[in-house]
Amino acid sequence: MAGDYPKIERVMGGPAGWVSVLFPAVLFVFFLNVLPDVVHGPIVAGIDWVPSLGVRMSVLLDGLSMMFALLITGIGTAVTLYSTHYLGDHPHYPRFVCYLLMFMVGMLGLVLTNDLIALFVFWEITTISSYLLIGFNADQASSRRSALQALLVTGAGGLILLAGLIVLGSVAGSFDLSQILTQGDEIRGHPMYGAILILFLAGAFTKSAQVPFHFWLPNAMAAPTPVSAYLHSATMVKAGVFLMARMNPVLGGTDAWFWTLILFGGVTAVFASVMSMRQTDIKQVLAYTTLMALGTLTMFIGAGTHYAILAGMLFLLVHSLYKAALFLMIGIVDHATGTRDATVLRGLAKAMPLTGLAAALAALSMAGVPPLLGFVGKEYMYHASMDLPGLGAIWVTLMTFAASALMFAAGGIVAWRPFRGELAQTPHPAHEGSWPMLAGPLTLGALSLIFGLFPGIPGHFLIGPATNAVEGAVHEVDLHLWGGINLALLLSIVTFAVGWLLYRNHEGIRARLAGIETRSPVDFDAGWDHLLDGFKHFASRLTDIVQNGSLQRYLAVTFTAYAVLVGGTYLARGAFDVGPRLIELGAHPVQWSVLLLMIAGSFLVVSTTSRMTAVAGLGVVSVGVAIVFIMFSAPDVAITQLLVEVLIIVLVTLVMLRLPYLPPRSELHFRFGHAIIATSVGAVVTMVLISMLSGPFDRKLTDFFEQTAYPEAHGRNIVNVILVDFRALDTFGEITVVAIAAIGALALLRGIRTRTKTDLNANEEA
Amino acid sequence: MELLLAVTTGILTAVAVYLMLSKNLLRYLWGLVLLSNAVNFVIFLGGRLTPGAPPLIDEGEYAPVGEVANALPQALVLTAIVISFGLMAFALALIYRTYMTIGTVTSTEMRIAEPRPRKSESDE
Repeated sequence: MAGDYPKIERVMGGPAGWVSVLFPAVLFVFFLNVLPDVVHGPIVAGIDWVPSLGVRMSVLLDGLSMMFALLITGIGTAVTLYSTHYLGDHPHYPRFVCYLLMFMVGMLGLVLTNDLIALFVFWEITTISSYLLIGFNADQASSRRSALQALLVTGAGGLILLAGLIVLGSVAGSFDLSQILTQGDEIRGHPMYGAILILFLAGAFTKSAQVPFHFWLPNAMAAPTPVSAYLHSATMVKAGVFLMARMNPVLGGTDAWFWTLILFGGVTAVFASVMSMRQTDIKQVLAYTTLMALGTLTMFIGAGTHYAILAGMLFLLVHSLYKAALFLMIGIVDHATGTRDATVLRGLAKAMPLTGLAAALAALSMAGVPPLLGFVGKEYMYHASMDLPGLGAIWVTLMTFAASALMFAAGGIVAWRPFRGELAQTPHPAHEGSWPMLAGPLTLGALSLIFGLFPGIPGHFLIGPATNAVEGAVHEVDLHLWGGINLALLLSIVTFAVGWLLYRNHEGIRARLAGIETRSPVDFDAGWDHLLDGFKHFASRLTDIVQNGSLQRYLAVTFTAYAVLVGGTYLARGAFDVGPRLIELGAHPVQWSVLLLMIAGSFLVVSTTSRMTAVAGLGVVSVGVAIVFIMFSAPDVAITQLLVEVLIIVLVTLVMLRLPYLPPRSELHFRFGHAIIATSVGAVVTMVLISMLSGPFDRKLTDFFEQTAYPEAHGRNIVNVILVDFRALDTFGEITVVAIAAIGALALLRGIRTRTKTDLNANEEA
Repeated sequence: MELLLAVTTGILTAVAVYLMLSKNLLRYLWGLVLLSNAVNFVIFLGGRLTPGAPPLIDEGEYAPVGEVANALPQALVLTAIVISFGLMAFALALIYRTYMTIGTVTSTEMRIAEPRPRKSESDE
């Protein structure tokens, strides 16, 4: 994968490279400086962003966000430094840097923000930038598919999360996180608690790839390796874990929370560990071990005891350190040898000793071998799981045990076997990586060792404050490498033994798993494709129904909707009544005879088959309208109506000479369905009018125009004054409309080929 | 009279809707003309009916003396009449051009932009 592009000479990735390394490095140093303050208590600071909506841009820096911030910037520095060599000669390297930094900013904002709405914005920034990063090799179809899959799964989760944030915000009465974190009891007792929990977990589970939403994460391996290292260790997938940890004081501690998290987490952890044994691409092996780590973290956050949270936070640190190192190591191997196939790679230790050292440190930590930090993490996990009440203890211990043993084997597959034995033939001859690529994995590996030997350091500065933040309580945390001979240690030893056996037989297990996989009816990845295909199919069916291209159908739907919605609302609300005033008003014979004439004229239009008769019928109606205007004191309107009517008749008659006859009476069926729609619409219009006329009348506007027409606009005809003065802009718009209609009509009529006799004859013959 | 005019408006609307649902575009156009007349009545009725008192200000006065007809709906209807004329003229030109180009005024036969959905598509 690495190496198939036109190379561009850049020293350390050029300016883009230097910026990308300096940015996280400076931030990392900054956070280290603030670290001692945060150990004593959280820092909250901020400014108003959208005051009218109560949205603040404020920062909450407590133990949890501090640990994440250090991981994001620290591992970010290692990854960007690494990328300067891994991708520095790529033609689109500056673009890559932009995406990566955007991702970093989104992730930092996510863990630091103190506002729920801002949290969602940053959440979506990580979604979008991870889409861009996964799809960085955009010329490969598989890469684009993986990117889209990640975007859709995590984006959908993000939208669900937004709903959860809004419900939570309205229940708590504030979007301020530090305030909400103190309202835990109130929110857990609220009737909306269940809804909030489901919405939040949907967001967290999609982001952190819990089964059954896990399938996008292994596919996200389409990203360049430094991105995978970053996505898997410190960012993106940890965002869901962060959310659960962050919300633990508010949502945690209930039975629903406990069981949902430990069940989903446990299943994910074991399923993923088994799947990791199945893979041959060592990068894919690692991808599944990330799933396992996410499942384990979810499980321990759900378990919720002091020890469980402590173990979870510790494992978070352990995992970030070894996972970033292992991915970077794989990138070096891939870069140097041109392959990542576990069945091919052998004996790299001689050609790549430093890479081998980094790999060994990281893999030993992953396997949980003393004296690395991974051992400490595993001890605490066993300790915590056996402390749980009732069934939970058995479940969590079993899941942790199975996952740990499989991790041991996976560590062997990824970082032991490729370096042992005789050097094997690879596409490129193996050679050691350059210092920017080695710096990250070696440092991270060394940290795993140092923290393992002196667990008090991370315990005091990182794990303790983080645990307190997640629990919402204050405990003193003191980590030990050696906890004495106890049940946890015993379990560890059994884990090693089982893990060793699994590793020895991993090729046989792999073959058997591959067999099961081909027979298995459940395939999440293919299921995803079916889901998408189903959506497209549904959309096209729906379009066929709604947009079938028939004017008649569109109009029928529109009119029916009007009649049903407006009429239905009137009937449902019982709003329809005829005021007594309306009935008392009589009508002069001249008045009602005009109305009768109009009705007769309109029926003539419907029933005739002669075009001229129809035009005459229209004329009757229009003149009737004009007479009504005259009777009720609107002479200006009446004159306009008459003029326009004459124009219409002239136009229609002119055009009619060239248009076909109406269909003969034999074809003019009475359409019963149409008549029902038409009658309903007419009835609803009458109903609305009668209700309107029965109600009180507000003369405020009319009075205003009557009082101001002369003094302010110097006109005695109030209608004219309104048109040319008060509402002059409307009139201008009206003129514009007519002008545009005229231009449009002109454009339509221009260049029309006049039909000659021969054309018409040809038509008739056809 | 208000009641009667409301009923008449309803009938005009019903006739207009029935015509607009026709597949013959000429009948559709007449429906459009009738509908705009009916809508003008709705606006006009909204300002209530006042017989024999146009909204004018007598010489030497600053405001109308006594009750005069509501001027606002009249202004609105004036605008509406002109606009509906523009719409009608444009629609007429469109129908004419359509007929000259594709030789039909039956809307169901106009399927150039949106061909009938093929039945076989659902089998893919």
